[in-house]
Amino acid sequence: MARLTDIARGEPVAGHRPWPRVRVTPQTWRTLANEMAEGRATLLGLWGDAGAVHMAVMGEEPRDIIVASLECPGGTFPSVGALHPPAIRFERAIRSLFGLEPIGAPDGRPWLDLGFWNVEHPLGARTPAAAARLAYEFLPVEGEGLHQIPVGPVHAGIIEPGHFRFTANGETVARLEERLGYVHKGIESLMAGTTIARAAELAGRTSGDSTVAYSIAFAHAVEAALDIAPPPRAQYLRALMAELERLANHFGDIGAICNDASFSLMHAHCGILREFVLRAAATAFGHRLMMDCVVPGGVAAELHAEGIAAMTQMLTQLRQRFPRLVELYDNTASLMDRTAATGIVSAALARQFGAGGYVGRGSGRDFDARRNLAYAPYDRLDFTVPVLEAGDVNARVWIRIREVEQSFALIEQIIAQLPDGPIAVAVGGGSGEGLGLAEGFRGDVLAWLRLDAGRVVRCHLRDPSWLQWPLLEAAIEGNIVADFPLCNKSFNCSYSGHDL
Amino acid sequence: MLMRRTLLESLTHGPLTEAPPARDDAALAELAASVERAARRRLGRSLAIREVDAGSCNGCEVEIHALNNAFYDLERFGLRFVASPRHADVLLVTGPVTRNMREALLRTYNATPDPKWVVAVGTCAKDGGLFAGSYAVAGGVGAVVPVDLHIAGCPPTPTQLLQGLLGLLEGGSAA
Repeated sequence: MARLTDIARGEPVAGHRPWPRVRVTPQTWRTLANEMAEGRATLLGLWGDAGAVHMAVMGEEPRDIIVASLECPGGTFPSVGALHPPAIRFERAIRSLFGLEPIGAPDGRPWLDLGFWNVEHPLGARTPAAAARLAYEFLPVEGEGLHQIPVGPVHAGIIEPGHFRFTANGETVARLEERLGYVHKGIESLMAGTTIARAAELAGRTSGDSTVAYSIAFAHAVEAALDIAPPPRAQYLRALMAELERLANHFGDIGAICNDASFSLMHAHCGILREFVLRAAATAFGHRLMMDCVVPGGVAAELHAEGIAAMTQMLTQLRQRFPRLVELYDNTASLMDRTAATGIVSAALARQFGAGGYVGRGSGRDFDARRNLAYAPYDRLDFTVPVLEAGDVNARVWIRIREVEQSFALIEQIIAQLPDGPIAVAVGGGSGEGLGLAEGFRGDVLAWLRLDAGRVVRCHLRDPSWLQWPLLEAAIEGNIVADFPLCNKSFNCSYSGHDL
Repeated sequence: MLMRRTLLESLTHGPLTEAPPARDDAALAELAASVERAARRRLGRSLAIREVDAGSCNGCEVEIHALNNAFYDLERFGLRFVASPRHADVLLVTGPVTRNMREALLRTYNATPDPKWVVAVGTCAKDGGLFAGSYAVAGGVGAVVPVDLHIAGCPPTPTQLLQGLLGLLEGGSAA
């Protein structure tokens, strides 16, 4: 099978690690888009830069990843979305943020720019915004007896904001269209020109529930750019934090999904397990969510005997209580009736979008960055990646259940194998470019950056939700409106991570 | 049946609910300065809370969620979350206010009947925090609506949130 570097021939960029970055022609750009459209490659990310666009693509061979860069003289580039739908929203965002025009793009509407900023193209020319705000055109729907239900941005619960425009035929959803961007904070703009340390803090607050995963992806990118390696003890401690974050979120999600089917008993018990994890994290690492605990070069603080004891005690409590909850989920027929065959994501869509996490793995896509990209210390740990085919809410619950069980085993191995030694290496003020990935609880988080003399010139962060939000629209089709909270919770996409 | 057994076991094993946290004098001082005494007296000992994420990273949200778990059990204090601002006494607002959420926050505030209080949660909600100065951020919550109480933290722990919210109740009955 041809590797991407054979297909995407171009001028290699020096100092880009660990995978190659090549400057390509428009023709080669189109060739890569075609590879993805024909299912031989996966889009990992697509983002803008000063006068250029970059595309991270993954081939079929293990660890075959490339970043293709295309200069945009005249401010345009050939649309990838014209051939490959997963690129559509990325290109809309590039157009809104940079003012770079994707030629042939099927959807010319803005994305992330809701018309409230004082500026247009904030990462590009940054011109003053037009005085009048153009109304956003939702996609038209034709048919008899159809009505629209607008939901959000403020939602009924304790949850992030976003807009969902339903078109319904009675109770059945004919179409769901999302409009996101409400929590866009301009993170990439804040990162440009700042120190590595400050950018690391920002990266960790892109999606607070995934602060560890983001910090690891960002650290991987910085370390790749500077060609430095964190000490082994730090790699193990990062993995420990990552598994704690995975556990906390999976417990929260399993409970919340059941709660949206009115089964609050599971929600109450899962909330207890989540609290055990957060308290153990606080004892071991000083912060319940472990913010700022992973830093470029290593980790910020040492794990002492008290922390290890907290981990061991936590595992005992979790191993004792969790199996009963799994049994409860499995044996409550009225709950199964809600989750089985609801919100189905087809295997084809999961594959086309390169959907990661429980969304992808619940629909047959066997990808987990911990195993497929084998970054330390996971290359030395024993774990399996659960995959199911049904693609429904129930499958996404079971993937989480199985991943919880895997995380128990991973934490035990990490504690047993934890090497001695320093917890960080100096980062220094070097230059370079790096691409980093880390498996967060939702899927793979991507970070790409360019450093110059210790400062961040450009950093792009890609939340796994970019390749999952569109699939929610497909999953809800044909389901009843009342099942939307269930479907949405089973996806639990990030709004803040997506919006940047 | 497993569900029934699980429920019964919870009754016999004893609660996980912890004692309420100690009073936060700083929060009470801020409240005393900002909230009119007569208004506080009217509401008795129960508050309905509407949460609004005006731009947060979701860190504050997950800790606010924790307030409803068995350990913190917010409802035993007469505090509960409601789905509509029209049912609310308090708006619990997180995040720097993004320009994209400014209008939604204002509309939610205006839809909340008087008397009402606004509690700004987290470092970002105070002054934009790490995101201050961005083209996309209007500022802290106070840049958009009047704020009666700030609860600091990144994110504030459930205990810190409880201390702040209990201060609201205490302020209400102390008058």
